Amino acid sequence: MVADPKTNELFKGELSVINVGLEGFAVDLIERNVRVVHVDWSPPGRGNPNLADLLSKLGS
Amino acid sequence: MDQIEHANQEALRRMLAAEPVLVDVVPASEAIPSLVENTILHAGPPIEWDHMCGPMRGAIAGIAVFEGWAPDIKTAETLAAKGAFEFAPNHEFNAVGPMTGITTRSQPLMVVENRTFGNRAYCTVNEGLGKVMRFGGNDEEVLGRLTWLRDVLGPAMGRALRASDGIELKPLIARGLSMGDEMHQRNVACSGLVLRALAPLLAKTAVSNEILAEALTFIGGNDQFHLNIAMAMGKAIMDPVCGIKASTIVTAMSRNGTEFGIRVSGTGNHWFIAPVEMPQGLYFAGFTEADANPDMGDSTIIETVGLGGFAMGASPAVAGFVGAGSASDAANYTRTMAEIVIGENPEWTIPMLDNLGVPTGIDVRLVVETGIAPTINTGIAHREPGIGQVGAGVVQAPLACFERALIAIAEELDVK
Repeated sequence: MVADPKTNELFKGELSVINVGLEGFAVDLIERNVRVVHVDWSPPGRGNPNLADLLSKLGS
Repeated sequence: MDQIEHANQEALRRMLAAEPVLVDVVPASEAIPSLVENTILHAGPPIEWDHMCGPMRGAIAGIAVFEGWAPDIKTAETLAAKGAFEFAPNHEFNAVGPMTGITTRSQPLMVVENRTFGNRAYCTVNEGLGKVMRFGGNDEEVLGRLTWLRDVLGPAMGRALRASDGIELKPLIARGLSMGDEMHQRNVACSGLVLRALAPLLAKTAVSNEILAEALTFIGGNDQFHLNIAMAMGKAIMDPVCGIKASTIVTAMSRNGTEFGIRVSGTGNHWFIAPVEMPQGLYFAGFTEADANPDMGDSTIIETVGLGGFAMGASPAVAGFVGAGSASDAANYTRTMAEIVIGENPEWTIPMLDNLGVPTGIDVRLVVETGIAPTINTGIAHREPGIGQVGAGVVQAPLACFERALIAIAEELDVK
């Protein structure tokens, strides 16, 4: 797989990361002195598609 | 969905419009005439003897002796196991009780009237700390204190309150929040404010200096005296919110030491139940997690109205007491709870959070969508009956209760 040149460019400068979901990724980056904003998020209804469907219909 | 949004706004309006006032203390048989002989009200959703935890059984055996329904604890347990007593949740009688939450006909109940809607709610008088019935205690010391509450303090408080216009609780809570209380595990400020309001009334109506001194000493020596008042207040606020068609707002959260139950406005008095969780917290010297009983009590009515764990930001001291972290952690608890409610209470604000109103109106949909469970500050009882409190901590309401409620509301509205 060939990396997108823009992606390579991204890693040449200082990284500012928004991490969504699993906190472990944010923790790893923080330990490497990368600036990270962690967003605590999980799929609606703990990933249960039936609950997610109901939520979309009930307008949460 | 517009129908739900309108229903929820009405639920929030009723919560914020409430005017709860502590107006009286009366025997439970007077407050709740349907509370008959051999009937025992308990905390949480419905449960029978076989499934009750140790402290709940201990408290039931103790109250049966106290009421004269059994000569001793052992006989009381035998009678309970044989089905001699009727059990029912406090919530089904406009009442609430902390921890085991035992309510029977001769106990004195504090009466909180919601003057906006005219309803009344009830809670027993707080027994103090240490070995007490709400943590499953049932020895002579515990029953002796209950006798004194019934024969001395309850009547004294009733006389005092009836000689006044009552104690308005909304402004009292507002002041307590600015003084570092969250009204669940920290009530030191509000207990002092209640004593300040009650002391002259007790003096004016006292039948003797000795009784007056005993009453003032007991109230002044109990930092959690206000907890039971706050609970009756919470129940008085939430009862008028029940039964609004299509509303997804939680009207009660409660636990019986075995199961956690919630009620939701749009589904009336139905309980949505899941196994209760273990609190995470700090233990008194000599006790560990191995001694702890699962979470218990109707006191989660405090969180239901936006206090307790929801108002942790007002009370950095309690965050330390329950093992929830630093002052900034306390603020984060309140900010996180703001994600699962539909509003804030402009009359109950937190100075340390730039006067943010406490998060108000838990929406089942937001809990299920975010996966953020309501945070509850709680006392921890010993798992064996008769020992009492062993610590304090934080516990999460089980998400399964909210998921079941969501499904029920969808069925109610014919949404598939």
